[in-house]
Amino acid sequence: MSSIAPTAGRRIGDVALTLISPRGAVFLLLALLLVAIAVLNPNFTEPGQFMRFIQRVAPIAIVAIGQYFVIVSGEFDLSMGSLITAQVVIAGNLIGQDDSRSVPVLLLMLGFGVLVGIANGLLTTLLKVPSFIVTLGMMLALRGGVLFWTGGAATGNPADGFRQIGRGGIQDVPVLDYIPYSVIILAVLIAAAVWFAKRPFGRSIIAVGDNAVTARYAGVRVWWVKTAAFIISSLSATVAGVLLVGYAGVHPSVGLGYEFTAITAVVLGGVVLGGGRGWVVAAVAGAFALEALFTLLNFADVPSTMRTSIQGAIIIAAVAYSAVTFGRRRRERAPQTSPGTGKEPDRIEPVSPASARPTPDGTHTSNGG
Amino acid sequence: MTATAAPARRRRIRLDSTVIVYLALIGVIIVGAILVATVGRNFFSLGNIRDILTGMSVLGFVAIGQTLVILVGSLDLSVPYVISLSSLMAATTMAGQPGNIAAGVLVALLVALVIGTINGLIVTGLKVNGFIATLGTGLIISGYLSTTYQGSTGSVPAQFQFIGATGIGPVPISTIIMLALATVVFLFLRKTRTGHHIYAVGGSLGVARLSGLRTATPIIVAHAICSVTAALAGLLLASRLGVGTPTVGSQGGYDLLSIAAVVLGGTLLAGGRGSIWGTIGGVAIFAVLDSVMSVLQVNPFLKDVVRGIVIVAAVAIYTGRVVLERRARFSTKEVRR
Repeated sequence: MSSIAPTAGRRIGDVALTLISPRGAVFLLLALLLVAIAVLNPNFTEPGQFMRFIQRVAPIAIVAIGQYFVIVSGEFDLSMGSLITAQVVIAGNLIGQDDSRSVPVLLLMLGFGVLVGIANGLLTTLLKVPSFIVTLGMMLALRGGVLFWTGGAATGNPADGFRQIGRGGIQDVPVLDYIPYSVIILAVLIAAAVWFAKRPFGRSIIAVGDNAVTARYAGVRVWWVKTAAFIISSLSATVAGVLLVGYAGVHPSVGLGYEFTAITAVVLGGVVLGGGRGWVVAAVAGAFALEALFTLLNFADVPSTMRTSIQGAIIIAAVAYSAVTFGRRRRERAPQTSPGTGKEPDRIEPVSPASARPTPDGTHTSNGG
Repeated sequence: MTATAAPARRRRIRLDSTVIVYLALIGVIIVGAILVATVGRNFFSLGNIRDILTGMSVLGFVAIGQTLVILVGSLDLSVPYVISLSSLMAATTMAGQPGNIAAGVLVALLVALVIGTINGLIVTGLKVNGFIATLGTGLIISGYLSTTYQGSTGSVPAQFQFIGATGIGPVPISTIIMLALATVVFLFLRKTRTGHHIYAVGGSLGVARLSGLRTATPIIVAHAICSVTAALAGLLLASRLGVGTPTVGSQGGYDLLSIAAVVLGGTLLAGGRGSIWGTIGGVAIFAVLDSVMSVLQVNPFLKDVVRGIVIVAAVAIYTGRVVLERRARFSTKEVRR
């Protein structure tokens, strides 16, 4: 970056500026929510309690990581929730009470996840069906298939050893008291995602989402990059499914609505629908903020039925905040088409100057620095 | 409707996407009729046709509004909750009194109009993506519904139930109203300034603005109309069920199904291209599919699998063409669409 070492004061100022910028707003929101929870329920600050909170967030955060890569590549994945359901039911039915089957079935689930991702990706990229429709079809097909298989009822119960992944943890750890396995998995996955996003391949995912045509001219194999994003998201749904088996048990309603929760979390994290902008850590922070919001509403004795309303209002407010702030910064620049939902990055060659989109300003918010 | 008249370009006969939709519909009908015949039933019996047309009406209302919203480059995920809310509003206002029918309908439509306008204002004023804005308002309404109503409430007088139950010959009145609405919206898109602006803004917001359009108006109008047509679907459901139900919209999955029907009808999800009649064709494909599967007594869960596959397959068949058609936008002389 720059060769001038910033002074400590300026650095603090930069951090403060970032916090009120759209990119950092989610961290500020998360901090506010956590403080509010801690005020209402001082127990929350105990390490053990806090670890259990992270354990509860882990599946949503992992799904958000996967959804992040798909959204930043300019697509949608609506099939994640159904895939979680499918994986949960597969685990419940195939593992049974036999611990020795855990590993083969786990491999089978990962394979199934990869398969779903490849199907989503190839249908989107090669057949040019909008990903919204592809993954919507996949969502219906997976959910229908799972319910058909189970007859619509809860069936199967995987062995305890397998369920420990989602519900167990390491007891009596100094300072932290208790570390759930899912927290470790989440930490590893966040680190992996940050590393991956910084790699050339991770950067080409963002480039494809920003402008698929320029990315192609720059030598990116667009179809493969997008397919890879779908494979990542399907794998993350699989991992979330493994955690949820332990945490919530086997039921055809496990995973219901996770795709929208994940999209909400990602968007709360300042990731732009339509692709090309966003930071994976902020997406994870969005998932934390969402779950913290639920926890807060729980502690604040808000009637459970009103929670969805408050959730809706906060989503709109958070996104409006970042959109309006971004808009103000861009005002003097060329008019920009709003990244419409599911808007295909131009697959057509820019024939005339008029059909070429006004170029974005070229800055990515992807780099965390 | 523009037929196949477009000149052959790039060795290919360029079919209007609406024509392809109806060709697909005919294909589905032929396959369906053969399948139905194998179990010894007649696909073209009056009862079956009535069932299909009835099945079209509710989704048809929602999809007409959704078409406008998608054309303008947005999405509406709040429709299921607007449907439920309007069915409850109507049923509680009517409270079984025939004299209150007009009031009930008016209240339901006005509430929907307000919701739709708010959706539009959030999208245009606060610059929130339509997906998130309507997801948010949908959640807000859903919270209100489950807080206020514990179950089915209110009741609809028999005269109002009549609308959902009768028909002229095999054609239900509800379907006639739906098709009349489609005609009105078709004319709105074709003949009015705002209608043209919807296509312009959906095609490219930036170009539309540089051309001097007030880009907010068409977006707000599209969202407002969408909520109102969703309310009409809610009224129809209230008329069929006789009560207002807080879950009637979300159980039907009308948000995603209506989007699927619109895209199935050849409208670009990105906006700017598409037609109402294509959407009606898409809705008809769904209705025929459902009817055939009911006659064949397909497992209800497998129906979802079939629906999912058909949605993707049908859209895959003609997306290549639609993209190709979009290329012509700046080269053709007519600015009609």
